[in-house]
Amino acid sequence: MIGLDQLYVVGGLFFAAMAGLSGFDASNPKRLGNAAFWGLLAVCFLFGSHLSDLINGLLVLALALLAGFGCLGRAAPSATTLEDRRASAERFGARLFLPALLIPVVTLAGSFLFKSITLGGQALVDPKQTTLVSLVLGILLALVLAMAMLRPKLLTPLQEGRRLLDTVASAALLPQMLAALGAVFLAAGVGQIVGHLAGSWIGDSGPLVSVVAYTFGMALFTVIMGNAFAAFPVMTAGIGLPLIVGRYGGDPAIMAAIGMLSGFCGTLMTPMAANFNLVPAALLDLKDRYGVIRAQFPTALMILGANTVLMYVLVFRL
Amino acid sequence: MNLWPLLGIAVVVAGFLARMNPLLVIVAAAGVTGIAAGISPPDVVATFGKAFKDNRYISLVWLILPVIGLLEQAGLQEKARELIARVRGATTGRLLLLYLVIRQITAALGLTSLGGHPQMVRPLIAPMAEAAAEARHGPLPDDLQQTIRAQAAATDNIGLFFGEDIFIAIASILLIKGFLETNGIIVDPLSLSVWAIPTAICALLIHGARLWWLDGKIERSIEETKAR
Repeated sequence: MIGLDQLYVVGGLFFAAMAGLSGFDASNPKRLGNAAFWGLLAVCFLFGSHLSDLINGLLVLALALLAGFGCLGRAAPSATTLEDRRASAERFGARLFLPALLIPVVTLAGSFLFKSITLGGQALVDPKQTTLVSLVLGILLALVLAMAMLRPKLLTPLQEGRRLLDTVASAALLPQMLAALGAVFLAAGVGQIVGHLAGSWIGDSGPLVSVVAYTFGMALFTVIMGNAFAAFPVMTAGIGLPLIVGRYGGDPAIMAAIGMLSGFCGTLMTPMAANFNLVPAALLDLKDRYGVIRAQFPTALMILGANTVLMYVLVFRL
Repeated sequence: MNLWPLLGIAVVVAGFLARMNPLLVIVAAAGVTGIAAGISPPDVVATFGKAFKDNRYISLVWLILPVIGLLEQAGLQEKARELIARVRGATTGRLLLLYLVIRQITAALGLTSLGGHPQMVRPLIAPMAEAAAEARHGPLPDDLQQTIRAQAAATDNIGLFFGEDIFIAIASILLIKGFLETNGIIVDPLSLSVWAIPTAICALLIHGARLWWLDGKIERSIEETKAR
């Protein structure tokens, strides 16, 4: 059965290649730092399941120290000029879009099809991981197609991939790191503390205050946790269920649906939601790390206001 | 109740405001939170390490970079720019508005993988949004180019967030259903996704209006630069 274990081997080999190519990159004065960073990540991908939790933890500590003390450099930009790329765009035309479009097509098709393919009575692909497996398959097929079409040198895709990875740099690991922080918050009971405080602060001050506290509380706690999924159980157990539904008789489905979407407004406003906010800023070469958040802020606040009004109008009347 | 674990949140806020390296801030916050909750330092490191290992799948998305890098080297961005420059009446605002609508509708149908920052925004949407403005105004000043790129990324996020909850089998709907069930309330996933629609419409109107006005903002910014 193909599942996460196989994908982690692919990922591990990829990061090992990034480490190797970085180590021999004469254009990067900090090449050893880059090689160590991606190399440690490759170790975690390839052997993480067999290492003890403590060793994995020390590995992450080393990654953070390498990034935190400026040990990572950047590869020289691509050797191709704008004229080269324009000429190539002219030559291949709209065919250039094909590999890029193949990825979502394979991801979608695979997510549906893999659920029903079995081999000797066993599922070919772990039913829980069909989307991820399809995504990686789509990427590999797109790579084959692009190689067949463009006929570059064998190492070119890895070198170009490394250049892009260097522009993202250590921000590439932020989403995974933040997920790990969430686990520590969970173990320390941060959620219960916040839910308890929120619930006891509002007390008995009417349905309007409860709705405002719930929607803004969802957004605020999502800003802190970086994830509306982490905020939802806490705020709903602290405010939503006991007050809006329990005391004032609101509709639980409306409360929950709009409550979750209020959390999403928080996601748009926080650096803690790194994969949506910080990673694109790095990918697009923005000078301001918080540029995407700045662009989203007015929209997020207005939608949060709209959610509060919607919930107050709908939740008690249906 | 022991309130000290909240200190970790303060570390995060202070670290991000001071623009310290985020990885370092996160590790420090994890350490402070765990120790304040009375967990021994080796156990904090182990908890963090285990969760990091269990969440490796999140970083698999970077496997896409070689394909995108190869295509970009072969002129993908340039082709996307040229394509949009040929469409008469194409402006940055209209293009992003169209993308917002498409992203929201496809996400509402459960097709959330049609989009995303490494695969759509960087190679296609952001260059197209820039090129649409360049076709009208010539080369863009630096800060304007940055604004347009940021807005392209923002539009992808907003379309995704306020579309996906209309689809009944998305993770957040299942989470809500499961949580309410453990609290003794049975809800139909369909009723949850139906009540995501009013917010989806508000999001389309609000962000759509901002995109609609973006073209005017770009024009004013160009004129200001020229006046200087």
